[in-house]
Amino acid sequence: MAEYLVLIYEDETSWDNVEPEMLGKILAEHQAFGEHHAKVIRGGNALQPTSTATSVREESSGSYTVTDGAFAETKEALGGYYLIEAADLDEALAVARDVPAPFGGVEVRPIRTFD
Amino acid sequence: MASSVEAAVADAHRREWAFVLAATVRVTGDIDLAEECVQDAYARALTSWPNSGVPAKPGAWLTTVARRRAIDLKRRGSTHDRSMSLLVRTTAKDPDEMEIDVEANGGEVADDRLRLIFTCCHPAIAPEAQVALTLRLLCGLTTVEVARAFLVNETAMAARITRAKKKIAAAHVPYRVPSVEELPARVDAVLTVVHLMFATGHTAPAGADLIRRDLVERALDLGRMLHALLPDDPDVTGLLALILLTDARRPARVDGRGHLVLLADQDRSDWDHSVIGEGVTLVRDALKRRPPGRFALMAAIAAVHAEAPSWNATDWREIVGLYDLLLAIWPSPVVALNRAVAIGFADGPEAGLTALDALATEPVLAAYSYLASSRADFLRRLGRVAEARLAYQEALMLSENAVERDFLEDCLLRLDG
Repeated sequence: MAEYLVLIYEDETSWDNVEPEMLGKILAEHQAFGEHHAKVIRGGNALQPTSTATSVREESSGSYTVTDGAFAETKEALGGYYLIEAADLDEALAVARDVPAPFGGVEVRPIRTFD
Repeated sequence: MASSVEAAVADAHRREWAFVLAATVRVTGDIDLAEECVQDAYARALTSWPNSGVPAKPGAWLTTVARRRAIDLKRRGSTHDRSMSLLVRTTAKDPDEMEIDVEANGGEVADDRLRLIFTCCHPAIAPEAQVALTLRLLCGLTTVEVARAFLVNETAMAARITRAKKKIAAAHVPYRVPSVEELPARVDAVLTVVHLMFATGHTAPAGADLIRRDLVERALDLGRMLHALLPDDPDVTGLLALILLTDARRPARVDGRGHLVLLADQDRSDWDHSVIGEGVTLVRDALKRRPPGRFALMAAIAAVHAEAPSWNATDWREIVGLYDLLLAIWPSPVVALNRAVAIGFADGPEAGLTALDALATEPVLAAYSYLASSRADFLRRLGRVAEARLAYQEALMLSENAVERDFLEDCLLRLDG
Protein backbone atom coordinates (compact mmCIF):
# COMPACT_ATOMS: atom_id res chain seq x y z
CA MET A 1 0.00 0.00 0.00
CA ALA A 2 1.17 3.49 -0.83
CA GLU A 3 0.16 6.82 0.64
CA TYR A 4 -0.85 9.93 -1.24
CA LEU A 5 -1.49 13.48 -0.14
CA VAL A 6 -4.53 14.96 -1.85
CA LEU A 7 -4.00 18.74 -1.84
CA ILE A 8 -7.07 20.91 -2.25
CA TYR A 9 -6.35 24.05 -4.29
CA GLU A 10 -9.15 26.58 -4.49
CA ASP A 11 -9.84 30.20 -5.29
CA GLU A 12 -9.64 31.93 -1.88
CA THR A 13 -11.80 34.89 -2.89
CA SER A 14 -14.67 32.47 -3.57
CA TRP A 15 -14.26 31.12 -0.05
CA ASP A 16 -14.25 34.67 1.39
CA ASN A 17 -17.61 35.38 -0.23
CA VAL A 18 -19.30 32.04 0.37
CA GLU A 19 -22.94 32.16 1.56
CA PRO A 20 -23.72 30.36 4.83
CA GLU A 21 -25.99 27.81 3.09
CA MET A 22 -23.25 27.02 0.58
CA LEU A 23 -20.69 26.70 3.36
CA GLY A 24 -22.98 24.28 5.17
CA LYS A 25 -23.42 22.26 1.98
CA ILE A 26 -19.65 22.03 1.36
CA LEU A 27 -18.95 20.98 4.95
CA ALA A 28 -21.65 18.32 4.65
CA GLU A 29 -19.98 17.08 1.45
CA HIS A 30 -16.65 16.76 3.26
CA GLN A 31 -18.43 14.92 6.06
CA ALA A 32 -19.96 12.52 3.54
CA PHE A 33 -16.64 12.09 1.73
CA GLY A 34 -14.95 11.30 5.07
CA GLU A 35 -17.53 8.67 5.92
CA HIS A 36 -17.57 7.10 2.47
CA HIS A 37 -13.78 6.75 2.30
CA ALA A 38 -13.13 6.28 6.03
CA LYS A 39 -11.18 3.06 5.39
CA VAL A 40 -8.48 4.78 3.32
CA ILE A 41 -8.30 8.25 4.92
CA ARG A 42 -5.27 8.59 7.19
CA GLY A 43 -5.72 12.26 8.02
CA GLY A 44 -6.83 15.60 6.71
CA ASN A 45 -7.44 19.22 7.63
CA ALA A 46 -8.75 22.48 6.31
CA LEU A 47 -6.31 25.38 6.44
CA GLN A 48 -6.83 29.04 7.32
CA PRO A 49 -6.41 31.26 4.24
CA THR A 50 -2.99 32.33 2.93
CA SER A 51 -3.59 35.78 4.45
CA THR A 52 -2.76 34.10 7.76
CA ALA A 53 0.40 32.43 6.41
CA THR A 54 3.91 33.26 7.57
CA SER A 55 6.96 32.19 5.57
CA VAL A 56 10.29 31.40 7.15
CA ARG A 57 13.50 31.08 5.16
CA GLU A 58 17.03 30.40 6.25
CA GLU A 59 19.45 32.88 4.70
CA SER A 60 22.97 32.00 3.53
CA SER A 61 24.25 33.92 6.57
CA GLY A 62 22.49 31.39 8.80
CA SER A 63 19.92 33.85 10.05
CA TYR A 64 16.21 33.50 9.40
CA THR A 65 13.87 35.89 7.68
CA VAL A 66 10.25 35.78 8.60
CA THR A 67 7.78 37.31 6.14
CA ASP A 68 4.04 37.74 6.00
CA GLY A 69 2.29 35.63 3.37
CA ALA A 70 2.59 32.36 1.47
CA PHE A 71 5.63 31.17 -0.53
CA ALA A 72 3.94 31.80 -3.83
CA GLU A 73 0.98 34.07 -4.49
CA THR A 74 -1.38 32.20 -6.78
CA LYS A 75 -5.06 32.55 -7.57
CA GLU A 76 -5.73 29.03 -6.38
CA ALA A 77 -4.08 28.34 -3.05
CA LEU A 78 -3.65 25.28 -0.85
CA GLY A 79 -6.70 25.30 1.39
CA GLY A 80 -6.75 21.80 2.84
CA TYR A 81 -5.61 18.25 2.39
CA TYR A 82 -6.36 14.58 2.92
CA LEU A 83 -3.77 11.89 3.51
CA ILE A 84 -5.02 8.67 1.93
CA GLU A 85 -3.85 5.12 1.41
CA ALA A 86 -4.21 3.38 -1.97
CA ALA A 87 -2.76 0.40 -3.83
CA ASP A 88 -1.86 2.47 -6.87
CA LEU A 89 -2.42 5.79 -8.60
CA ASP A 90 -5.73 4.75 -10.17
CA GLU A 91 -7.17 3.94 -6.75
CA ALA A 92 -5.85 7.22 -5.39
CA LEU A 93 -7.36 9.17 -8.30
CA ALA A 94 -10.71 7.44 -7.76
CA VAL A 95 -10.75 8.76 -4.16
CA ALA A 96 -9.40 12.17 -5.23
CA ARG A 97 -12.28 12.59 -7.67
CA ASP A 98 -14.69 12.47 -4.71
CA VAL A 99 -12.95 15.23 -2.72
CA PRO A 100 -15.24 18.28 -2.64
CA ALA A 101 -13.42 21.25 -4.23
CA PRO A 102 -16.12 23.51 -5.68
CA PHE A 103 -13.77 26.50 -6.19
CA GLY A 104 -10.83 24.69 -7.75
CA GLY A 105 -9.48 21.16 -7.82
CA VAL A 106 -7.11 18.75 -6.16
CA GLU A 107 -3.52 17.68 -6.75
CA VAL A 108 -2.45 14.13 -5.90
CA ARG A 109 1.11 13.66 -4.67
CA PRO A 110 2.64 10.30 -3.74
CA ILE A 111 4.22 10.24 -0.29
CA ARG A 112 7.94 9.66 -0.51
CA THR A 113 9.47 7.10 1.77
CA PHE A 114 13.14 6.75 2.68
CA ASP A 115 14.41 3.33 3.61
CA MET B 1 25.01 -17.41 -41.94
CA ALA B 2 25.99 -14.53 -39.65
CA SER B 3 23.92 -12.08 -41.66
CA SER B 4 20.85 -14.33 -41.68
CA VAL B 5 21.09 -14.64 -37.88
CA GLU B 6 21.42 -10.87 -37.63
CA ALA B 7 18.34 -10.51 -39.79
CA ALA B 8 16.45 -13.00 -37.60
CA VAL B 9 17.45 -11.10 -34.45
CA ALA B 10 16.45 -7.78 -36.05
CA ASP B 11 13.13 -9.31 -37.07
CA ALA B 12 12.54 -10.66 -33.56
CA HIS B 13 13.40 -7.22 -32.21
CA ARG B 14 10.77 -5.62 -34.38
CA ARG B 15 8.08 -8.25 -33.84
CA GLU B 16 8.65 -9.54 -30.35
CA TRP B 17 10.15 -6.71 -28.30
CA ALA B 18 6.87 -5.71 -26.61
CA PHE B 19 5.97 -9.35 -25.93
CA VAL B 20 9.36 -10.13 -24.37
CA LEU B 21 9.61 -6.91 -22.34
CA ALA B 22 6.03 -7.08 -21.05
CA ALA B 23 6.51 -10.69 -19.94
CA THR B 24 9.79 -9.78 -18.24
CA VAL B 25 8.35 -6.77 -16.38
CA ARG B 26 6.03 -9.25 -14.67
CA VAL B 27 9.08 -11.01 -13.19
CA THR B 28 11.16 -7.94 -12.35
CA GLY B 29 8.40 -5.58 -11.31
CA ASP B 30 10.75 -2.90 -12.57
CA ILE B 31 10.87 -1.41 -16.05
CA ASP B 32 14.57 -0.49 -16.06
CA LEU B 33 15.72 -3.90 -14.90
CA ALA B 34 13.40 -5.62 -17.38
CA GLU B 35 14.81 -3.50 -20.23
CA GLU B 36 18.34 -4.49 -19.21
CA CYS B 37 17.48 -8.19 -19.13
CA VAL B 38 15.69 -8.04 -22.49
CA GLN B 39 18.63 -6.25 -24.09
CA ASP B 40 20.88 -8.97 -22.67
CA ALA B 41 18.62 -11.64 -24.17
CA TYR B 42 18.83 -10.08 -27.65
CA ALA B 43 22.62 -9.83 -27.30
CA ARG B 44 22.69 -13.49 -26.28
CA ALA B 45 20.62 -14.42 -29.35
CA LEU B 46 23.30 -12.89 -31.57
CA THR B 47 25.95 -15.19 -30.09
CA SER B 48 23.95 -18.38 -29.60
CA TRP B 49 21.70 -18.55 -32.65
CA PRO B 50 24.63 -19.00 -35.10
CA ASN B 51 25.41 -22.31 -33.29
CA SER B 52 22.00 -23.49 -32.14
CA GLY B 53 20.02 -22.22 -35.10
CA VAL B 54 17.17 -19.70 -34.95
CA PRO B 55 14.55 -21.12 -32.55
CA ALA B 56 11.09 -21.94 -33.88
CA LYS B 57 9.56 -19.39 -31.52
CA PRO B 58 12.10 -16.60 -31.09
CA GLY B 59 9.81 -14.63 -28.76
CA ALA B 60 9.45 -17.54 -26.34
CA TRP B 61 13.23 -18.17 -26.44
CA LEU B 62 14.02 -14.52 -25.75
CA THR B 63 11.43 -14.30 -22.95
CA THR B 64 12.80 -17.39 -21.24
CA VAL B 65 16.37 -16.05 -21.43
CA ALA B 66 15.37 -12.56 -20.25
CA ARG B 67 13.29 -13.92 -17.38
CA ARG B 68 16.03 -16.33 -16.31
CA ARG B 69 18.48 -13.44 -16.25
CA ALA B 70 16.04 -11.40 -14.16
CA ILE B 71 15.57 -14.28 -11.73
CA ASP B 72 19.36 -14.74 -11.45
CA LEU B 73 19.85 -11.09 -10.68
CA LYS B 74 17.07 -11.17 -8.10
CA ARG B 75 18.49 -14.30 -6.43
CA ARG B 76 21.95 -12.79 -6.22
CA GLY B 77 20.38 -9.71 -4.75
CA SER B 78 22.61 -7.76 -7.08
CA THR B 79 19.71 -5.59 -8.07
CA HIS B 80 20.09 -3.88 -4.64
CA ASP B 81 17.05 -2.10 -3.45
CA ARG B 82 15.42 -0.49 -6.40
CA SER B 83 12.33 0.40 -4.45
CA MET B 84 12.24 3.80 -6.15
CA SER B 85 11.71 2.21 -9.52
CA LEU B 86 9.53 -0.70 -8.47
CA LEU B 87 6.56 -0.97 -10.74
CA VAL B 88 4.59 -4.06 -9.86
CA ARG B 89 4.56 -4.57 -6.13
CA THR B 90 1.58 -6.85 -6.16
CA THR B 91 3.03 -9.44 -8.52
CA ALA B 92 6.48 -9.69 -6.93
CA LYS B 93 6.43 -13.42 -6.23
CA ASP B 94 9.09 -15.82 -5.06
CA PRO B 95 11.63 -16.12 -7.90
CA ASP B 96 11.39 -19.92 -7.73
CA GLU B 97 7.80 -19.76 -8.89
CA MET B 98 8.77 -17.62 -11.82
CA GLU B 99 10.18 -20.36 -14.07
CA ILE B 100 7.06 -20.03 -16.15
CA ASP B 101 6.53 -21.96 -19.33
CA VAL B 102 6.06 -19.01 -21.64
CA GLU B 103 4.02 -20.90 -24.19
CA ALA B 104 1.59 -22.29 -21.63
CA ASN B 105 1.00 -18.72 -20.53
CA GLY B 106 0.37 -17.25 -23.94
CA GLY B 107 -2.88 -15.60 -22.87
CA GLU B 108 -1.38 -14.00 -19.81
CA VAL B 109 1.58 -12.76 -21.80
CA ALA B 110 -0.72 -11.19 -24.38
CA ASP B 111 -2.39 -9.31 -21.55
CA ASP B 112 1.02 -8.17 -20.37
CA ARG B 113 1.53 -6.18 -23.57
CA LEU B 114 -1.80 -4.48 -22.98
CA ARG B 115 -0.79 -3.75 -19.38
CA LEU B 116 2.43 -2.22 -20.62
CA ILE B 117 0.77 0.03 -23.20
CA PHE B 118 -1.90 1.16 -20.72
CA THR B 119 0.89 2.10 -18.32
CA CYS B 120 2.78 4.04 -21.01
CA CYS B 121 -0.39 5.88 -22.09
CA HIS B 122 -1.73 6.60 -18.61
CA PRO B 123 -3.35 10.07 -18.46
CA ALA B 124 -1.10 10.90 -15.48
CA ILE B 125 1.89 10.89 -17.89
CA ALA B 126 2.45 13.99 -20.06
CA PRO B 127 1.22 13.38 -23.65
CA GLU B 128 4.63 13.82 -25.31
CA ALA B 129 6.12 11.41 -22.77
CA GLN B 130 3.34 8.89 -23.47
CA VAL B 131 4.41 8.73 -27.11
CA ALA B 132 8.10 8.54 -26.22
CA LEU B 133 7.57 5.77 -23.65
CA THR B 134 5.40 3.78 -26.06
CA LEU B 135 8.07 3.93 -28.76
CA ARG B 136 10.72 3.00 -26.27
CA LEU B 137 8.97 0.23 -24.34
CA LEU B 138 6.50 -1.22 -26.87
CA CYS B 139 8.52 -0.72 -30.05
CA GLY B 140 12.00 -1.14 -28.56
CA LEU B 141 13.39 2.09 -30.04
CA THR B 142 16.48 3.48 -28.32
CA THR B 143 16.30 6.93 -26.76
CA VAL B 144 18.43 8.23 -29.64
CA GLU B 145 15.94 6.84 -32.18
CA VAL B 146 12.97 8.29 -30.31
CA ALA B 147 14.71 11.68 -30.15
CA ARG B 148 15.44 11.54 -33.88
CA ALA B 149 11.84 10.59 -34.70
CA PHE B 150 10.55 13.72 -32.98
CA LEU B 151 13.52 15.95 -33.89
CA VAL B 152 14.13 16.61 -30.22
CA ASN B 153 17.67 16.65 -28.89
CA GLU B 154 18.81 13.46 -27.26
CA THR B 155 19.45 14.89 -23.80
CA ALA B 156 15.98 16.40 -23.66
CA MET B 157 14.40 13.13 -24.79
CA ALA B 158 16.40 11.09 -22.27
CA ALA B 159 15.28 13.48 -19.52
CA ARG B 160 11.66 13.21 -20.65
CA ILE B 161 11.75 9.39 -20.61
CA THR B 162 13.56 9.22 -17.27
CA ARG B 163 11.11 11.63 -15.67
CA ALA B 164 8.13 9.60 -16.92
CA LYS B 165 9.62 6.32 -15.67
CA LYS B 166 10.31 7.88 -12.27
CA LYS B 167 6.74 9.08 -12.06
CA ILE B 168 5.41 5.64 -12.99
CA ALA B 169 7.41 4.16 -10.13
CA ALA B 170 6.99 6.91 -7.50
CA ALA B 171 3.27 7.48 -8.05
CA HIS B 172 2.56 3.75 -8.61
CA VAL B 173 0.97 4.16 -12.01
CA PRO B 174 -0.64 0.72 -12.23
CA TYR B 175 0.53 -2.09 -14.54
CA ARG B 176 -2.83 -3.54 -15.42
CA VAL B 177 -5.66 -3.52 -17.90
CA PRO B 178 -8.19 -0.92 -16.69
CA SER B 179 -11.59 -1.93 -15.37
CA VAL B 180 -14.57 -2.15 -17.71
CA GLU B 181 -15.88 1.31 -16.67
CA GLU B 182 -12.52 2.98 -17.27
CA LEU B 183 -11.67 1.01 -20.40
CA PRO B 184 -13.22 3.19 -23.15
CA ALA B 185 -11.46 6.38 -21.98
CA ARG B 186 -8.18 4.55 -21.46
CA VAL B 187 -8.33 2.80 -24.84
CA ASP B 188 -8.98 6.21 -26.38
CA ALA B 189 -5.79 7.54 -24.73
CA VAL B 190 -3.80 4.64 -26.21
CA LEU B 191 -5.33 5.16 -29.67
CA THR B 192 -4.57 8.89 -29.47
CA VAL B 193 -0.90 8.07 -28.89
CA VAL B 194 -0.78 5.59 -31.79
CA HIS B 195 -2.63 8.02 -34.06
CA LEU B 196 -0.25 10.87 -33.15
CA MET B 197 2.68 8.57 -33.89
CA PHE B 198 1.19 7.74 -37.28
CA ALA B 199 0.26 11.35 -38.13
CA THR B 200 3.75 12.56 -37.20
CA GLY B 201 5.24 9.91 -39.46
CA HIS B 202 2.76 10.36 -42.32
CA THR B 203 3.58 14.05 -42.75
CA ALA B 204 6.58 14.93 -40.64
CA PRO B 205 6.04 18.40 -39.12
CA ALA B 206 9.66 19.29 -39.86
CA GLY B 207 12.81 17.87 -41.42
CA ALA B 208 14.10 16.76 -44.80
CA ASP B 209 11.66 13.89 -45.48
CA LEU B 210 7.92 14.13 -45.97
CA ILE B 211 7.35 10.70 -44.46
CA ARG B 212 9.03 9.17 -41.40
CA ARG B 213 8.75 5.53 -42.36
CA ASP B 214 10.01 4.38 -38.95
CA LEU B 215 7.11 6.10 -37.16
CA VAL B 216 4.51 5.02 -39.72
CA GLU B 217 5.55 1.39 -39.51
CA ARG B 218 5.73 1.36 -35.71
CA ALA B 219 2.26 2.88 -35.55
CA LEU B 220 1.03 0.20 -37.95
CA ASP B 221 2.64 -2.54 -35.83
CA LEU B 222 0.95 -1.14 -32.71
CA GLY B 223 -2.38 -0.81 -34.53
CA ARG B 224 -2.17 -4.47 -35.55
CA MET B 225 -1.13 -5.54 -32.07
CA LEU B 226 -4.03 -3.67 -30.45
CA HIS B 227 -6.47 -5.09 -32.98
CA ALA B 228 -5.21 -8.62 -32.25
CA LEU B 229 -5.59 -8.02 -28.49
CA LEU B 230 -8.92 -6.10 -28.59
CA PRO B 231 -10.59 -7.45 -31.76
CA ASP B 232 -14.11 -6.40 -30.71
CA ASP B 233 -13.33 -2.75 -30.01
CA PRO B 234 -14.67 -0.68 -32.95
CA ASP B 235 -12.35 2.27 -32.19
CA VAL B 236 -9.32 -0.01 -32.32
CA THR B 237 -10.60 -1.49 -35.60
CA GLY B 238 -11.27 2.02 -36.92
CA LEU B 239 -7.76 3.25 -36.16
CA LEU B 240 -6.14 0.24 -37.83
CA ALA B 241 -8.36 0.81 -40.88
CA LEU B 242 -7.43 4.51 -40.93
CA ILE B 243 -3.71 3.74 -40.80
CA LEU B 244 -3.94 1.09 -43.54
CA LEU B 245 -6.11 3.19 -45.88
CA THR B 246 -3.95 6.30 -45.48
CA ASP B 247 -0.65 4.48 -45.68
CA ALA B 248 -1.73 2.55 -48.78
CA ARG B 249 -1.14 5.80 -50.70
CA ARG B 250 2.46 6.09 -49.51
CA PRO B 251 4.13 4.88 -52.77
CA ALA B 252 2.36 7.64 -54.74
CA ARG B 253 2.79 10.57 -52.35
CA VAL B 254 6.36 11.45 -53.35
CA ASP B 255 7.66 11.30 -56.92
CA GLY B 256 11.02 9.92 -58.10
CA ARG B 257 12.77 13.18 -57.24
CA GLY B 258 11.36 13.27 -53.70
CA HIS B 259 8.76 15.90 -54.57
CA LEU B 260 5.33 16.03 -52.95
CA VAL B 261 2.47 14.78 -55.13
CA LEU B 262 -1.01 15.92 -54.04
CA LEU B 263 -3.84 13.42 -53.73
CA ALA B 264 -5.39 14.98 -56.86
CA ASP B 265 -2.31 14.20 -58.95
CA GLN B 266 -1.31 10.82 -57.53
CA ASP B 267 -1.02 7.80 -59.81
CA ARG B 268 -3.66 5.62 -58.19
CA SER B 269 -2.23 2.45 -59.72
CA ASP B 270 0.74 2.99 -57.37
CA TRP B 271 -1.52 2.67 -54.33
CA ASP B 272 -1.30 -0.62 -52.47
CA HIS B 273 -4.67 -2.11 -53.37
CA SER B 274 -4.35 -5.22 -51.20
CA VAL B 275 -3.82 -2.94 -48.17
CA ILE B 276 -6.83 -0.88 -49.28
CA GLY B 277 -8.91 -4.08 -49.44
CA GLU B 278 -7.88 -4.99 -45.90
CA GLY B 279 -8.67 -1.44 -44.69
CA VAL B 280 -12.09 -1.36 -46.35
CA THR B 281 -13.09 -4.65 -44.70
CA LEU B 282 -12.02 -3.30 -41.31
CA VAL B 283 -13.79 0.04 -41.75
CA ARG B 284 -17.09 -1.73 -42.56
CA ASP B 285 -16.71 -3.63 -39.33
CA ALA B 286 -15.86 -0.49 -37.33
CA LEU B 287 -18.87 1.40 -38.73
CA LYS B 288 -21.31 -1.23 -37.42
CA ARG B 289 -21.38 0.47 -34.04
CA ARG B 290 -23.86 3.37 -33.87
CA PRO B 291 -22.95 6.14 -33.63
CA PRO B 292 -19.56 5.46 -35.22
CA GLY B 293 -16.44 6.66 -33.38
CA ARG B 294 -13.97 9.24 -34.64
CA PHE B 295 -11.40 6.81 -36.01
CA ALA B 296 -14.09 4.82 -37.84
CA LEU B 297 -15.32 8.05 -39.46
CA MET B 298 -11.81 9.19 -40.38
CA ALA B 299 -11.19 5.74 -41.86
CA ALA B 300 -14.47 5.94 -43.78
CA ILE B 301 -13.29 9.24 -45.33
CA ALA B 302 -9.97 7.65 -46.27
CA ALA B 303 -11.92 4.72 -47.76
CA VAL B 304 -13.98 7.02 -50.00
CA HIS B 305 -10.71 8.43 -51.39
CA ALA B 306 -9.13 4.98 -51.65
CA GLU B 307 -12.05 3.55 -53.62
CA ALA B 308 -12.47 6.52 -55.98
CA PRO B 309 -11.12 5.62 -59.44
CA SER B 310 -9.88 9.20 -59.93
CA TRP B 311 -9.78 12.58 -58.21
CA ASN B 312 -12.63 13.87 -60.35
CA ALA B 313 -14.76 10.80 -59.65
CA THR B 314 -14.41 11.30 -55.87
CA ASP B 315 -17.73 11.41 -54.01
CA TRP B 316 -17.20 14.79 -52.29
CA ARG B 317 -20.80 14.93 -51.02
CA GLU B 318 -20.19 11.69 -49.14
CA ILE B 319 -16.92 13.09 -47.77
CA VAL B 320 -18.55 16.34 -46.58
CA GLY B 321 -21.32 14.27 -44.94
CA LEU B 322 -18.76 12.14 -43.11
CA TYR B 323 -16.91 15.28 -41.96
CA ASP B 324 -20.22 16.66 -40.63
CA LEU B 325 -20.65 13.51 -38.51
CA LEU B 326 -17.02 13.67 -37.41
CA LEU B 327 -17.24 17.33 -36.45
CA ALA B 328 -20.32 16.59 -34.33
CA ILE B 329 -18.48 14.06 -32.16
CA TRP B 330 -14.96 15.48 -32.46
CA PRO B 331 -15.17 19.26 -32.85
CA SER B 332 -11.52 19.89 -33.62
CA PRO B 333 -10.37 22.90 -35.68
CA VAL B 334 -8.31 20.60 -37.92
CA VAL B 335 -11.42 18.54 -38.72
CA ALA B 336 -13.29 21.79 -39.47
CA LEU B 337 -10.46 22.78 -41.83
CA ASN B 338 -10.61 19.47 -43.69
CA ARG B 339 -14.39 19.78 -43.96
CA ALA B 340 -14.02 23.29 -45.42
CA VAL B 341 -11.59 21.97 -48.03
CA ALA B 342 -14.00 19.15 -48.93
CA ILE B 343 -16.79 21.74 -49.37
CA GLY B 344 -14.51 23.51 -51.84
CA PHE B 345 -14.39 20.38 -53.97
CA ALA B 346 -18.08 19.52 -53.54
CA ASP B 347 -19.47 23.03 -54.17
CA GLY B 348 -16.65 24.90 -55.89
CA PRO B 349 -13.73 27.11 -54.76
CA GLU B 350 -15.95 30.09 -53.82
CA ALA B 351 -17.88 27.97 -51.28
CA GLY B 352 -14.61 26.44 -50.07
CA LEU B 353 -13.09 29.87 -49.52
CA THR B 354 -16.13 31.02 -47.53
CA ALA B 355 -15.90 27.91 -45.35
CA LEU B 356 -12.15 28.44 -44.83
CA ASP B 357 -12.53 32.13 -44.00
CA ALA B 358 -15.00 31.22 -41.25
CA LEU B 359 -12.05 29.49 -39.55
CA ALA B 360 -9.61 32.40 -39.93
CA THR B 361 -9.85 33.43 -36.28
CA GLU B 362 -9.34 29.90 -34.93
CA PRO B 363 -6.19 30.23 -32.76
CA VAL B 364 -5.19 26.56 -33.18
CA LEU B 365 -5.09 26.99 -36.97
CA ALA B 366 -3.16 30.28 -36.93
CA ALA B 367 0.18 28.47 -37.04
CA TYR B 368 -1.05 25.67 -39.32
CA SER B 369 0.28 25.90 -42.87
CA TYR B 370 -2.64 23.92 -44.38
CA LEU B 371 -5.15 26.72 -43.76
CA ALA B 372 -3.00 29.15 -45.76
CA SER B 373 -2.10 26.63 -48.48
CA SER B 374 -5.75 25.56 -48.91
CA ARG B 375 -6.84 29.22 -49.20
CA ALA B 376 -4.06 29.76 -51.73
CA ASP B 377 -5.29 26.84 -53.82
CA PHE B 378 -8.92 28.06 -53.90
CA LEU B 379 -7.81 31.65 -54.65
CA ARG B 380 -5.68 30.36 -57.53
CA ARG B 381 -8.64 28.43 -58.92
CA LEU B 382 -10.70 31.62 -58.76
CA GLY B 383 -7.99 33.53 -60.65
CA ARG B 384 -7.28 35.82 -57.68
CA VAL B 385 -3.53 35.57 -58.25
CA ALA B 386 -2.27 38.37 -55.99
CA GLU B 387 -4.20 37.02 -52.98
CA ALA B 388 -3.12 33.45 -53.82
CA ARG B 389 0.52 34.60 -53.84
CA LEU B 390 0.18 36.11 -50.35
CA ALA B 391 -1.49 32.97 -49.04
CA TYR B 392 1.24 30.68 -50.49
CA GLN B 393 3.86 32.95 -48.91
CA GLU B 394 2.07 32.69 -45.57
CA ALA B 395 1.99 28.88 -45.87
CA LEU B 396 5.72 28.89 -46.63
CA MET B 397 6.41 30.85 -43.48
CA LEU B 398 4.51 28.28 -41.43
CA SER B 399 5.84 25.02 -42.89
CA GLU B 400 9.07 23.53 -41.59
CA ASN B 401 9.00 20.40 -43.71
CA ALA B 402 11.50 20.63 -46.60
CA VAL B 403 9.38 18.60 -49.06
CA GLU B 404 6.29 20.70 -48.34
CA ARG B 405 8.30 23.91 -48.66
CA ASP B 406 9.63 22.83 -52.07
CA PHE B 407 6.08 22.11 -53.15
CA LEU B 408 4.84 25.53 -52.00
CA GLU B 409 7.73 27.33 -53.70
CA ASP B 410 6.88 25.45 -56.87
CA CYS B 411 3.24 26.60 -56.59
CA LEU B 412 4.44 30.20 -56.28
CA LEU B 413 6.62 29.87 -59.37
CA ARG B 414 3.79 28.38 -61.40
CA LEU B 415 1.49 31.18 -60.26
CA ASP B 416 3.77 33.69 -61.94
CA GLY B 417 4.49 31.53 -64.97
